[in-house]
Amino acid sequence: MASPRIGSWIKIPKERLQQLIDTLASDGYRVVGPRIRDGAIILDDLTDIRQLPAGVVDEQDGGHYRLREDPTAGWFDFVVGPQSLKPFVLPPREPLLQLQRTSETWQTETPEIDDRPVAVLGLRGCDLHALSIMDRVFLEGPYVDPRYEKRRASLFLIGVHCRRAAPTCFCHSLKTGPALPAGFDLGLSELEEHFLLEVGSRRGAAVAARLQGEEPASGEITRARMATRALEQRMHDRPLHGDRRTAGRWLETDHLRDRLLGNLEHPRWSEVAERCLACANCTMVCPTCFCTTVEEVSDLSGDSVTRMRRWESCFTWEHSYTTAGPVHPTTQSRYRQWLTHKLASWHDQFGTSGCVGCGRCITWCPVGIDLTEEVAALGNEVPHA
Amino acid sequence: MVESPSKRPTLAVFKFASCDGCQLTMLDCERELLAIADRVEIAYFLEARSRTLDGPYDIGLVEGSVTTEHDAERIREIRDQCRTLITIGACATAGGIQSLRNWADIDDFIRQVYASPQYIETLATSTPISDHVKVDFELRGCPIDKRQLVMLITDLLLGKQLRVPRYSVCLECKLKHTVCVAVARGVACLGPVTQAGCGAICPEYARECFGCHGPKESANPVSLARHYQRGQHDPSHLVHLLSNFNAAAPPFRNAAEMLEQNSPLSNEGRS
Repeated sequence: MASPRIGSWIKIPKERLQQLIDTLASDGYRVVGPRIRDGAIILDDLTDIRQLPAGVVDEQDGGHYRLREDPTAGWFDFVVGPQSLKPFVLPPREPLLQLQRTSETWQTETPEIDDRPVAVLGLRGCDLHALSIMDRVFLEGPYVDPRYEKRRASLFLIGVHCRRAAPTCFCHSLKTGPALPAGFDLGLSELEEHFLLEVGSRRGAAVAARLQGEEPASGEITRARMATRALEQRMHDRPLHGDRRTAGRWLETDHLRDRLLGNLEHPRWSEVAERCLACANCTMVCPTCFCTTVEEVSDLSGDSVTRMRRWESCFTWEHSYTTAGPVHPTTQSRYRQWLTHKLASWHDQFGTSGCVGCGRCITWCPVGIDLTEEVAALGNEVPHA
Repeated sequence: MVESPSKRPTLAVFKFASCDGCQLTMLDCERELLAIADRVEIAYFLEARSRTLDGPYDIGLVEGSVTTEHDAERIREIRDQCRTLITIGACATAGGIQSLRNWADIDDFIRQVYASPQYIETLATSTPISDHVKVDFELRGCPIDKRQLVMLITDLLLGKQLRVPRYSVCLECKLKHTVCVAVARGVACLGPVTQAGCGAICPEYARECFGCHGPKESANPVSLARHYQRGQHDPSHLVHLLSNFNAAAPPFRNAAEMLEQNSPLSNEGRS
């Protein structure tokens, strides 16, 4: 069969996702996708479609996450779990350099990157937007991160158009979902008995060609798109009806940068600091928080040293430590730094918001601090500079 | 006085009121212990060898808290004998589980525990070593973490600045992709207010963090306790959780007192 064109659609029975997994595996990909572990849906190795959490949905709210079975749910009607794509392009810990002292000098060696290509199934609009933001951070500008670049190039991305939102979702207010943006290799839409696959790249086309798909029947593509559009409409209507349980939160983006940067002394910052634990969970689960630090670990003799990179957070004391002490000594200054960077100065730095509305920082905050609520509490006024 | 047989720095290990678990952690270093013994002269470590060398010592490690007048005098002598003094474990750094006596009637405890209480001479409080002498560095934990101890000794030998992470256990959970037990299971976990260093062992086994490494930098247990109370956790359970090995560490103690004021518990309820 000739490869389908980019932008074309094929229809496969649901069970044929197994063939998609097998095809990718035979092409040398490590296939990962949504699986249940320890009460949450995480991204992990996927070999069998029976490992997918079909018929399961997630209840999410501030500081709250539970899974439950839902007889009306399809194969992908849960939303995002604690993990994003971040660990696949920026591992939590990795060695950057190995140093060995010889009698005369130091020998250095750059550890190899495990560059086995990874195919990720089940990514959402917010996830793909987050990846494009990470690309700006690591691949654009004068300093390209070679380790990120290598891992990023070997990713095969299989997206899913959302049909359901959690109460913590607010992608619609940032226009990052619930539909998939460009950037996927294959884009899945779920019907009753079938998946529609939209071909997003040449790599995606080559894989799709081997799935023995058929052409969608008349109206099926429209029907699939309507499910996501109807969700988006429900999310937009939600602020009017005030029912946050069903379809998401709202982040008002009008003049957001100036509202935040013009309100640096607002009393709300000290109020949120009374609740904030500075535990760093929000930044760890955020798909775009990219801060890392570098530590050198040596053996007892000091002759063998490994330079390690690991995720760091602007909520830690260490993050802003200089010889004179931390630049952000208080929880108040750390929370303000995080929120104003994410939503305001990120625009100046990278030409985009750092937030994609996935809601992970709300769900996985142990005390349920909600950034949409914090932004709203700062008010709609743009103070005059 | 026996001369130190080498130019290696001398190491001395001292015990105060404690369970010996931190000293055992040192013996548990096994392979690294032999490497350490090659690089330092173990001059005084009663738990490991009966031979002792007289001070002064380059490095002194102190386990345990001060609970008697004799302890309070002895730690001052030890301080004078050690160039670098490092306290190890929750007893030495925060007063340990035995600090529960600090807000109870010590005579009550003595009468209940000992058949002949008249022979017991003890202070009314259990206090960290740093309440008595200047401490150069504190290594937290109940017990201390083996990897942290080896790293500390390595840094000492290499003349590096001594440091351990001051951030939360949550960061260690997230680095390992351990699913949060507080958010996904509704378990009252002290991870968000506890200093990292253990490698986040308990949440990996679906158990809550017990706060073994004491309060993290900028800890906010009052906010966490209020949140757990709203989640229908019994305040007495939260008081017990906060009143463990680091009960006397001020942030934990303040939060426990806040909970008790909102919902009075007897002193017995805390132990």
